[in-house]
Amino acid sequence: MNKEIIDYLKNYDGPEMNIMEVCGSHTAAIAKNGIPRMLSPKIHLISGPGCPVCVTPSAYVDKLLELAENPKNCIATFGDLIRVPGSTKNLSIASGEGACVEMVYSPMDVISLAKENPDTNYIFATVGFETTTPVYALLMETLIQEKIENVQLLTAIKTMPEVIDYVCASGSGVNAFIAPGHVSVVTGSKIYKPIAEKYQIPFGVSGFAGKEMLTALYGIVKARGRGVVMNFYPSVVSENGNENALALIDKYFEKAPAVWRGMGRIEGSGKVLKAEYAKYDAGSKGLDEDIKQNKACNCADVLVGKIRPYQCPLFGKVCTPETPQGACMVSTEGSCFSYLTSNRKD
Amino acid sequence: MCVALTGFVTEIKGDLATVDFNGNIVTARGASLIKVVPGDRVLVHAGMILQKVSDGDAKELEELMKDVGAF
Repeated sequence: MNKEIIDYLKNYDGPEMNIMEVCGSHTAAIAKNGIPRMLSPKIHLISGPGCPVCVTPSAYVDKLLELAENPKNCIATFGDLIRVPGSTKNLSIASGEGACVEMVYSPMDVISLAKENPDTNYIFATVGFETTTPVYALLMETLIQEKIENVQLLTAIKTMPEVIDYVCASGSGVNAFIAPGHVSVVTGSKIYKPIAEKYQIPFGVSGFAGKEMLTALYGIVKARGRGVVMNFYPSVVSENGNENALALIDKYFEKAPAVWRGMGRIEGSGKVLKAEYAKYDAGSKGLDEDIKQNKACNCADVLVGKIRPYQCPLFGKVCTPETPQGACMVSTEGSCFSYLTSNRKD
Repeated sequence: MCVALTGFVTEIKGDLATVDFNGNIVTARGASLIKVVPGDRVLVHAGMILQKVSDGDAKELEELMKDVGAF
């Protein structure tokens, strides 16, 4: 690692920097690499709304639970979502009670499940950001090409630029961003340019290794006060992204408002299936309500950087990875999970 | 959920690529979207190839760091 970078970040004595890492995988990587201990007290890292299951309102989980009650249905999902609380229980409990819940590695796994069990209607829990949307579009393409009729999607797809704009406009005090690396692989780094210029704040697209993140932080701190987008992950991120994947997404999905836990409805911050593919939608509209199982849960404030995870009264007490009270403690990309398991106090 | 890993393509059959992640062999889709060939290093997320990993990044980073140094 470049000594100049290490020394600069440790000894920085300029204006306070509040740098939000939007991506949950970056939050996990920051903890894993001990990065907070390598920074000046004037550089603050703030975990943002970049854990897909954490920002999904409880009404979405409740809808999955409702669908799971039908013995003809089977919910297929990534493992992240299994223990996320709905308003009364989660999919893990529903599975224990006899519902069909299948954990998959890839959404494409549902194709073989659907072919093997033609009498079962599979509902894929279609949660995620721009990184995961291409595979959902590929799933749609395959369902149509292979005329598979027993798979539907329950969508809660969200997009980054609009929520970053929301954070900037909300008076959060964030004055720089570590831009999400794998989202940027798909979208390209250009999506941050309008926001960087609007608020005159720097964005650094970063990989997930400690060295990559420190290099990005060095660039971001150096560029404080400038509306620039810097790509520190050029091995996989380009300015325009994966244009073939973006075209496939546009074939099946269109922009829509989305509801984010802690932020409410943000215009244009989601993707839904186009009207012509409505028969593949398992009922994604209007899943806006967010009811906490534990009223003292502060997941919403954690997601927008208003409080640090350890400032929540439940953190590490009744709320642990074994007994999560909110989604931020469930996912390995959740801010609370990451702070607790790495004993972060910054 | 946005975790993605890099591996080497060992075989292509239509849209399906066999990818070697340090000995773990996984099948990934999207080989035709990215147009990969055996030997390519690729980034895979949720069973789909998102991008080829470029070897030419060192020069780009060097130029970027020069720009950063000028700030």
